Amino acid sequence: MSKLLEVKDLSVAFKTYSGEVQAVRGIDFDLKKGETLAIVGESGSGKSVTTKAITQLLPKPQGYIKTGEILFEGEDITKYTTKQMQKLRGKDISTVFQDPMTSLNPTMKVGKQIAEGLIKHRKMSKSQAKDKTIELLELVGIPQPETRLNQYPHQFSGGMRQRAVVAIALACNPKILIADEPTTALDVTIQAQILELMKDIQREMDSAIIFITHDLGVVANVADRVAVMYAGKIVEIGTADDIFYNPKHPYTWGLLGSMPTLDDDEEELFAIPGSPPDMLNPPKGDAFAPRNRFALEIDTQMEPPMFKVSDSHYAATWLLHEHAPKIEPPESVQRRMQGFASMDDRKDGEE
Amino acid sequence: MENEKVLEVKNLQKHFKLGRKSVVKAVNDISFDIYKGETFGLVGESGCGKSTTGRTIIRLHDATGGDVIFNNENVHEKKSKKELLKLNRKMQMIFQDPSSSLNPKMTVMDIVAEGIDIHKLAKNEEDRKQRVQELLETVGLNKEHATRFPHEFSGGQRQRIGIARALAVEPDFIIADEPISALDVSIQAQVVNLLRRLQRDQNLTYLFIAHDLSMVKYISDRIGVMYFGNMVELAESDELYRNPLHPYTKSLLSAIPLPDPDYERYRKRVSYDPTGHDTTEEPEFREVTPGHWVRCTTKEFEQYKKELASK
Repeated sequence: MSKLLEVKDLSVAFKTYSGEVQAVRGIDFDLKKGETLAIVGESGSGKSVTTKAITQLLPKPQGYIKTGEILFEGEDITKYTTKQMQKLRGKDISTVFQDPMTSLNPTMKVGKQIAEGLIKHRKMSKSQAKDKTIELLELVGIPQPETRLNQYPHQFSGGMRQRAVVAIALACNPKILIADEPTTALDVTIQAQILELMKDIQREMDSAIIFITHDLGVVANVADRVAVMYAGKIVEIGTADDIFYNPKHPYTWGLLGSMPTLDDDEEELFAIPGSPPDMLNPPKGDAFAPRNRFALEIDTQMEPPMFKVSDSHYAATWLLHEHAPKIEPPESVQRRMQGFASMDDRKDGEE
Repeated sequence: MENEKVLEVKNLQKHFKLGRKSVVKAVNDISFDIYKGETFGLVGESGCGKSTTGRTIIRLHDATGGDVIFNNENVHEKKSKKELLKLNRKMQMIFQDPSSSLNPKMTVMDIVAEGIDIHKLAKNEEDRKQRVQELLETVGLNKEHATRFPHEFSGGQRQRIGIARALAVEPDFIIADEPISALDVSIQAQVVNLLRRLQRDQNLTYLFIAHDLSMVKYISDRIGVMYFGNMVELAESDELYRNPLHPYTKSLLSAIPLPDPDYERYRKRVSYDPTGHDTTEEPEFREVTPGHWVRCTTKEFEQYKKELASK
């Protein structure tokens, strides 16, 4: 598969009165055609900022790209002009944001908001755009599209609004769809519907998805590959199976350990102690070291490079160095690596 | 489990009037008991009335109908100030959003001590200070934090302050309304561990309201599932997850994504069709097996019984 998007050594910083916040500190990843890359991490880990840097939606003038390049189909889009960027954002890269209420215009009919992109970027006439809008509304599973078209966002329920936002994002058959916590504000049942919808559409249109979330359950559901971010860096990247069944970074262990399993009642969850570092002055060495119970001495002095685990799997922790002591993940995490649901006999009972 | 009832909710109703004619039946006739030392989980989609239930129990809303009996006392009866004070001391609440439920103009010391002041629990200034410091340490904060303001804390820390405030008056029963929904995964685990530890040490009883089913399962002894103002199913948490009977519970359970790609690849989602019910009579809350209640009609009742027996 060809690389659709390549991010090389990207750093993003925000200028504030108290100094420069290092939101993203040198990350590399790529995205292939038709695949879903999930970016997970806590709030403030830089996952949203990364995608905002890609679409150049960083708040200006405080936020800026410090170093690095973003190659879209081989072209560096960080050098694009505002005009070129607008074209790209409408057509090739589109975004679904977390809160559908704030990303829709409350004073504009839903149909018009969807048709906007069609008329501007695909040069459709009004009537063509209307037909296409109805088609899109049907695609995202909104019943009675002809009437819904003329309604305002407040007449839609939360799940329906998010479907409308997905319809806007898909209007111009984007090559890349960036979904920034698209289901966090929704109920589990609605979340499941939206996720299924996005997967169906991806299969149909063969677009690539960058999916940002902090819910590992959702990641397991949608992702082909997973990048785990912490303090502005990618600390582990690999296929979904690598990350869930063979995690190498202690932070990934902590994330998995924080999730309760449905099967057994453990006394205590394996929580990550403390809170994320202050990105105004990122700590020297491994940023995760103060919260890491497996931290080595070198962690406080030198930042770990990306160690190769397999062709698809990389992790940035000194524990993978050949001279490092061999440390196995804690027992509760190992149990999760066996699978959350394997002991679960619920499935056949249900059918 | 001890069988001493801490809280009895009987046919509780809470309706909100919208304009002259329309009424929202947010809570429509629900009944359940909570026993001493247990955690009762209340789950459902947004808008199903779970938060309203919690708020009505603690008398933040006046009930439209039905009774709430707490420690053999009716909460919604007319009460003197003194009686109310006594009630409020034994029942406390932790709110969802830790930033909007803490007064930004008060120091942590004053926030946590507010209950201590109202109930006059501290003998003198020194005692008050010491109590607050002890509470902060109990919830995993430092005593130096007492002089700071809420905006100086992260979300997880703020939620700890909210917990310390609830604990300050030494309650028996705490209503936690989505206490972890606004927090990051790793912080969620910290707060849940804290809540469990406190329960063990201080013999607390919790009503845990949430929509995150896997956390609810983890923390609760028994779980009630709500749908549109009604309780549709109530059972011990293992039983509920193993043998869900009501189609809505099944659909809710099948929608939880688990951090397990293999499982996710084959997960089959069941969707809920509210029109699929037997409509020949008004459904009632019935006990299918001891401790396992489902809202159903007589016909469905027989069918559920058979379903359980065949397992």
